[in-house]
Amino acid sequence: MLDFLMKDILGTPAILVGIFALVGLLLQKKNAAETVSGTLKTIMGFVILSGGANILVGALDIFSKMFQHAFRIQGVIPNNEAIVAIAQKTFGSETALIMVFGMIVNIILARITPFKYIFLTGHHTLFMACLISAVLATGGITGVPLVIIGSIILGLLMVISPAILQPFVRQITGSNDIAVGHFGSFGYFVAGFLGKVFGNKERTTEEIKVPKSLGFLRDTSVAVSLTMCILFFIVAGFAGPAFIEKELSGGTNFLVFSFMQSITFAAGVYIILSGVRLIIAEIVPAFKGIADKFVKDAKPALDCPTVFPFAPNAVIIGFLTSFVAGLVSMFLLPLFHLKVIVPGLVPHFFTGAAAGVFGNATGGRRGAMIGSFANGLLISFLPAILLPVLGSLGFEGTTFGDADFGIVGILLGYLMKLFS
Amino acid sequence: MKKILVVCGNGLGSSLIVEMNVKKILKEMGVEAEVSHTDLATSKSEQADIYLGSKEIVENLEDGKRTVVALKNILDQNEIRRELEKYF
Repeated sequence: MLDFLMKDILGTPAILVGIFALVGLLLQKKNAAETVSGTLKTIMGFVILSGGANILVGALDIFSKMFQHAFRIQGVIPNNEAIVAIAQKTFGSETALIMVFGMIVNIILARITPFKYIFLTGHHTLFMACLISAVLATGGITGVPLVIIGSIILGLLMVISPAILQPFVRQITGSNDIAVGHFGSFGYFVAGFLGKVFGNKERTTEEIKVPKSLGFLRDTSVAVSLTMCILFFIVAGFAGPAFIEKELSGGTNFLVFSFMQSITFAAGVYIILSGVRLIIAEIVPAFKGIADKFVKDAKPALDCPTVFPFAPNAVIIGFLTSFVAGLVSMFLLPLFHLKVIVPGLVPHFFTGAAAGVFGNATGGRRGAMIGSFANGLLISFLPAILLPVLGSLGFEGTTFGDADFGIVGILLGYLMKLFS
Repeated sequence: MKKILVVCGNGLGSSLIVEMNVKKILKEMGVEAEVSHTDLATSKSEQADIYLGSKEIVENLEDGKRTVVALKNILDQNEIRRELEKYF
């Protein structure tokens, strides 16, 4: 019986998150129909997540082989969804447990400390829970201690990250009602700080005329398809048709093959996103409902696009500058004997844009550019330095993208080396 | 029953928060509707009576046939309420 509970129930992450969703729905006193459909959809989300990972891994593997052949060095594409979906096979239960108990720690901290933040960006909670599981497990911590330590770390991050940004968020939004809850926060903090030191608040980005045509990149599936097409074509060009058609494609033309692989990768990400959407759709509202009951003056900490409408020009400038920094880093990384981090449009769009908004709030257009350039460097170097502490997960051809995953993973990894 | 679809770029963060707010506002207004959220690409193939999201995102959905509500500030609950009241 105990074996059944521990191994089959707790050991099947899909069922585990299903139970959490069920409890959340019951606590909110939803009717039977909503409870059944919510629970089933959450479980389905987890299954979809693994399905997407299977599709994506094939394309990723081919990309790595082409890159390796072309440049004699390993290339890694940071993509949170991809690495988390892959990691679920090994750390699924730990991730699910840390996510839910981390949320409880968040509520407790918000209740008893002055940090009244409730971190509502559910997919980032899930990603961070996964990163913490991987790093702790690689460092030799397992079982109950892993879940307890992991949940405390996650809960702390869920209030600290919005707290360090709040002074800047007040400047951006002109109010203290909302906070930003996004694990790119270290990059935004650096952007806000650099803007203050080097910028001039009076010369804001919003006086410049910026073409709005880049807005389509906010559509994630378009952005991923486009990036992967460009990347695959460039790398295929360097790898050469002979190698690809002989070793990888089984005779199919190398460009057609590369095109289909890039779309396969994007399709994998699209499927994983739908899975993540189903997983968090029931858990986040339950979390917010419970938090609202227990924490007076709770401040919702929301996803980074929340700040975009406050400085639309800074969004475009920030994205472009961050992406340029990513390209520059590609050539710098090998000089430091690090693996090459191939810049992706999605992380540079979302975190670069947010860094631009933060930089602009403290330092105008110069602040926006310096801040988002720094963010671009951070999300290139941090993932590269992070790889060794991820253990076997560090050899997947993809990794965690945003700044905080790097900072937290690297700090935790080296702390554990110190104590072991 | 009317169906409202809340749309954002990733279909994960902002749209889920707005969905929760829309549900709360509908309850306060005393009307019922089915509310869900998704990303921009999926929303193009999903049927709904009202598509709701930030202006930059949902203007991609305007085709003359869909009912699109473009919000200036997606977190402004008063703005959402004003818009919803036109349809209920």
